[in-house]
Amino acid sequence: MSAAETVASSVRKGVPAITLAGVNKWFGALHVLRDVNLEVAMGERVVVCGPSGSGKSTLIRCINRLEEHQEGQIIVDGKELSNDIRSLDAIRREVGMVFQSFNLFPHLTILENCTLAPIWVRKMPKKEAEALAMEYLERVRIPEQAGKYPGQLSGGQQQRVAIARALCMKPKIMLFDEPTSALDPEMIKEVLDTMVMLAETGMTMICVTHEMGFARTVADRVVFMDRGEIVEQGVPEELFANPRTDRLKTFLSQILRGH
Amino acid sequence: MSDLAAGGTPAVPTVPRRAPITMIGPVAWARANLFNNWWSSAITLAMIYLLVKVAVSFVSWAFINAIWVVPVSPAGVANTEACRAIAGVGACWAVITEKHRFILFGTYPYEQHWRPAIVCLLFIGLYVVSAMRRFWRWELALVWIAVLTLIGVLMWGGILGLSYVPQERWGGLPITLILATFGLAFAFPLAILVALGRRSKLPAIKALCVLYVELIRGVPLISLLFMASVMFPLFLPEGLNIDKLLRAQVAIILFAGAYLAEVVRAGLQALPRGQYEAADALGLSYWHKTGLIILPQALRLVIPPLVNTFIGFFKDTSLVLIIGIFDLLTAGKTAIIEPAWQGFGVEVYITLGVIYFVFCFAMSKYSSGLEAEFNRHRRR
Repeated sequence: MSAAETVASSVRKGVPAITLAGVNKWFGALHVLRDVNLEVAMGERVVVCGPSGSGKSTLIRCINRLEEHQEGQIIVDGKELSNDIRSLDAIRREVGMVFQSFNLFPHLTILENCTLAPIWVRKMPKKEAEALAMEYLERVRIPEQAGKYPGQLSGGQQQRVAIARALCMKPKIMLFDEPTSALDPEMIKEVLDTMVMLAETGMTMICVTHEMGFARTVADRVVFMDRGEIVEQGVPEELFANPRTDRLKTFLSQILRGH
Repeated sequence: MSDLAAGGTPAVPTVPRRAPITMIGPVAWARANLFNNWWSSAITLAMIYLLVKVAVSFVSWAFINAIWVVPVSPAGVANTEACRAIAGVGACWAVITEKHRFILFGTYPYEQHWRPAIVCLLFIGLYVVSAMRRFWRWELALVWIAVLTLIGVLMWGGILGLSYVPQERWGGLPITLILATFGLAFAFPLAILVALGRRSKLPAIKALCVLYVELIRGVPLISLLFMASVMFPLFLPEGLNIDKLLRAQVAIILFAGAYLAEVVRAGLQALPRGQYEAADALGLSYWHKTGLIILPQALRLVIPPLVNTFIGFFKDTSLVLIIGIFDLLTAGKTAIIEPAWQGFGVEVYITLGVIYFVFCFAMSKYSSGLEAEFNRHRRR
C-alpha cells in the first residue's frame, strides 16, 4: 500500500501515541463503532471525517474515555484504557480535548479557566501556572482577555481560550471534536489558524472536522468513517483526488457542493 | 451593500433620541396603568379609598389609641382594666412591655436573662460576619466552632461561675435560633452529599440516598418530631436518655436535609453535560471536579429555591411546640395564658410576626444580593 508508506515516512517517529485495536461500541442496540483499528504515531496529525452519525466523535471521545468502549483495546501513550481510575486520570492528563461547544467554565475568568487544571491536577504553584497560562493565551493571541469571563467573549475567542486551556496541561496528544462547527463563518479562520500553528509545533493531533482545507494543509493522514467503521484512509491529496469507495465519493461530492 | 435600502438610495444614519415625554415617567405610567379607562379609574379610586381607610384605622389602633404600660401590683399582677376598656379601639402594647422578657427567653431564670440575650446577639453577629464575602476563609469555620461553644457555655453554664441551667428551662428566641442555625448548618452539607449520592454511579449509594429522601419527604415534620420525642426513647436501652432538644434538632436536620437535597439536585441536573466532560477531559478528580466546577455553578443556579427552603425551615422550627419545647412562638403563646393577659393575643402575635419577619426578610434580601453578585459572570 503506497498510501500507508507515504504516511509512515511523513511522520517523524514510529512510536505509537494511540493504538485502537478491534474497538466496538454500542449505544443500546445501535452499533456505533464497528471493529475500529487505528494507530496514530507520535507527532502525527490525523483528520477524521465522515457524515454525521458516522461515529467519528464517539471514536475520539473513547480515546480519553468520555465514552466507554465495550470491546477491543485502546492504548494511549503506552497505557491501556481500563476501569482503573488512576490510570485513566494519568491518561487524561496527557490528552487535551477541545469541544464543539467550547465548554469553558462560565463562573471562572479566562485566566482561572487556564490555571485550574495545572494548579489542581499538576500541583503547580499559582504564580507559575498563571505565567504559563499567559504564555499560551499570548500564543492564541488573546492575552488581553485574561480577566474577563467566558460569556464576555466571542465564540472564536472562546474556542481559542479552550485550546489554550487544554495546552496549559502540556498534553502529548490533542483531540479536537468539531472545533469550528459551532462558530460563525467569520470566526472559523481564527480558530483554524490557531490549530495550524499548533500543528507546526509538532503536536500529535486527532481532529474531527469538515474543514477540508485544514485537512489538506495540516493532516498527515485523513481517516474517512461511515456507519461506525473506518472506510478509507490516506494522505489528504491522494484520498480526495482518488476516492476508492462509493461512500467516500458520495461524501466528498456532498461536502464540496456545500462549500 | 447592506446599508443600501431596497430602492438603492443610501440609508440616512438615524440619530438616537429620547422617547416622547408623554410615553415615559410616572405620570405616563399612572395614566397607562391606573386610569386608562373609566372602569380602571373607578377601581383605582376604590382601592385607594380602601387602603387609606385600613391604614388610618391601623395607625389609630396601633399607635394613637394604644396603651403602652399598665400599673402592676406589688404582687406582680398587672391591672389590665384600662386595656380591656379600649379593646378593639386601641392596642394594648403593655402586654409586650410586661412580658417581652418571657416571650424572648421563656422560662430561663429571670436574673440570668443576660445570658440568652448575649446568645441571641452572638447568633446575629455570627450571621452578619458569615454573610460578608471577605470573611469567607477557612478561619470562619473556627469562628463558628468558637462561637457555638461559647453559646453552649452561656446557655448551660455550670462553669466559670455561671449557674447551671438545665435544657428544660431554655426557651424563646435562643431556642428558635439554635434549632434554625444548627438545623441548616448541618442539613446543607448533608443535602449536598445526598444530592451527589443520588447521581452516583454506585447503586448502593444511590439507593440509600433515594430511600432517605423519599422516606423523609413522605412524612410530615410534625410526625417526625413526634417520633423523635416519644417513640425514639422507647427503643433506647434503659437509663440512656438523649436530650429532647437534641432529638428535635436531629429530626429537623434530617427533614431539612431531604428537602434541600432535592433543591441541590435540581442545580446539578441543570448544568450542561459539557461542564462535566470538560472537567473530566482535564483530568480533574471527582472531588476536584465537584468542588471546583460543578457545585459552584449548581448552587448559584439554585440560590432562590435554596433560600426559599431556608426561610421555610426557619419558621418550621416553631412546630417543636407540639413536643413541648419552648421556642419563640410557644413562649409567646404561654405568655398570654395568665388570666390578667388573656385576650391580648393579637398584640403578641403581631410582635412575634415582626421578629420572624425581620430574620426572614434579612435572609431574602441577602440572597438577592448574593444572586446578583454571583451571576455577574452571566452578564455580558
